[in-house]
Amino acid sequence: MSRSAALAIDARGLRKVFGSLVAVEGLTLGVSRGEVFGLLGPNGSGKTTTIRMFCGLLEPTAGTAIVAGYDVVRDGEAVRRSIGYMSQKYGLYDDLTVVENIRFYSTIYGLHGDAREQRIVELVHELDLDERVAQFAGTLSGGWKQRLALACAMAHRPPVLFLDEPTAGVDPASRRRFWEIIHGFASAGTTILVTTHYMDEAARCHRLAFMSRGHLIALGTPDEVTRQFGLANVEDVFIELQRRDEMKGASGGKVA
Amino acid sequence: MMSWLRGSGFWPMLRKEFIQMRRDRLTIAMMVGLPAVQLALFGYAIRTEVRHLPTIVMDESRSTASRALVDALRNTGNFDIVATVQDRSAIRAMIEKGDARAALVVPPDFDEDIKRGRQPQAQVIVDAADPLASTAAINAAALAGRMGANARGGVDIRIRPWYNPALKSSHYIVPGLVGLLLSITLIVLTSMAIVRERERGTLEQLVVTPIDKTSLMLGKIVPFALVGYVQMTVILLLGKLLFGIPLEGSIALLYVLSAPFILGSLALGLFVSTIAQTQAQAMQLSFFFMLPNILLSGYMFPREAMPAPAQWIGMVLPLTYYLTILRGILLRGADFIRIWPETLALVVFTLAVLTLSVRRFSKTMG
Repeated sequence: MSRSAALAIDARGLRKVFGSLVAVEGLTLGVSRGEVFGLLGPNGSGKTTTIRMFCGLLEPTAGTAIVAGYDVVRDGEAVRRSIGYMSQKYGLYDDLTVVENIRFYSTIYGLHGDAREQRIVELVHELDLDERVAQFAGTLSGGWKQRLALACAMAHRPPVLFLDEPTAGVDPASRRRFWEIIHGFASAGTTILVTTHYMDEAARCHRLAFMSRGHLIALGTPDEVTRQFGLANVEDVFIELQRRDEMKGASGGKVA
Repeated sequence: MMSWLRGSGFWPMLRKEFIQMRRDRLTIAMMVGLPAVQLALFGYAIRTEVRHLPTIVMDESRSTASRALVDALRNTGNFDIVATVQDRSAIRAMIEKGDARAALVVPPDFDEDIKRGRQPQAQVIVDAADPLASTAAINAAALAGRMGANARGGVDIRIRPWYNPALKSSHYIVPGLVGLLLSITLIVLTSMAIVRERERGTLEQLVVTPIDKTSLMLGKIVPFALVGYVQMTVILLLGKLLFGIPLEGSIALLYVLSAPFILGSLALGLFVSTIAQTQAQAMQLSFFFMLPNILLSGYMFPREAMPAPAQWIGMVLPLTYYLTILRGILLRGADFIRIWPETLALVVFTLAVLTLSVRRFSKTMG
């Protein structure tokens, strides 16, 4: 077993270039099993590109990434079997009901017959979807859509779960419940990598990474990061980093 | 193959597609509603145009036999005798002014021929600028020729279609409608269904699952092949019941040879989906494909009468070949031997578009 034995996500020198734009540069990052890992940064800092490389949606220009023990480039299919992915758009079929959505994704992930039906019952119960099973996904409110999308992403009990801004446009109560569920999964051994713009959510992560202009510029627990910058909380750190970012942009300088 | 089908994401994809299709009004509307509306439109046009065609009579024979022929013509109900004239220039003048659209010319030796036991001749001149109307007129005149005049072997009616020598039969429209509606429906529905998945983010969601791209694509487009066959059946049934279109040849052969056309249309839909970003764009692009299909395939206007460049464009349209197959089988009862070149052209086209579309589609999925 390699270095990846202990890590659920192991990225080394990851780089992604779109034409003349460098979206991600020299990203080296390790996420342990069962960790809730937050990826923060302003829009356009490279968070989504990073997640998309981890999921095999984008091929890295250079560098390697091992996810759940598999190389994302050489062993894409094994990676896809081992991960759950929830995008900002949720990826639900509006004209299918809640249970039809879960059943469809379960089957795509290779579940069949009794095992599948059992898993559906389990997911519906875990995510409090009981009263909504027959409702069309298109008629659900944001919070319920988010939970349904999570159910679909977790159908095959993936060891690694990627959440790309999962709580955008969701009310506070639903967000709190969502994070309880996330931590429930994590304590059961699932590794979770999440991007968010909400700093109260960032504070609930085990560890954080800040990205700016494609670079990783800070890494550590929420406490470590705030101390490192001598600031009161994660939100201040985020704002400070964004301010520096804009200054560099204004002076036309490059990120060191 | 079977084990691949069982283990892959093909079946869940197929199943999901059928559930969605059942709930989508657009699919039902295009599958059943569109043929009904189009047939009603064209059927109405066919029926009204051929009734009471204003007709001129120029009877140079002035015999009992010639008067019997004129009566027979009038009795078909297709011709209203609006004038009797003495010379040909009057005929031309009236048709050009639009006062008449057909003329019957009975030559002086008409009666003589009958008496001598020769087959008598008469001429029907038709303003064929409107091929629909003129074809029906010609059919009616031929019928009158067979039944009218007490000549043995009937009257030899010589048809002179003016202004449009490359005349096409009215029955060509309904079989043509099968091909036209199939390609409209399949390109629109397939492209919109795929673009919808991209818009909603479900396509991206599917790409991060273990489903392979072949299963994804096949599961997505195969249900629409069934939509195509249902629509085709609806048109043929309505065409037969309402307008009595002939079904001369083997329907089984027609259904088999329709497969490459249907698959080709699905592939075009897939192609459109790789260009269009939104469903509205997919709709517009699909109709961009429709215009040359309607105008240049021979669906409405005979290709023989087109300038060479228009004919060349027609040669790369799958509908051009499919129309020949449709009309060949339905109207002439053609067997496979007579239409294999068109079938081959369709298969080649389908393979080319399918390869191109699948490659483009795979690229857009990352």
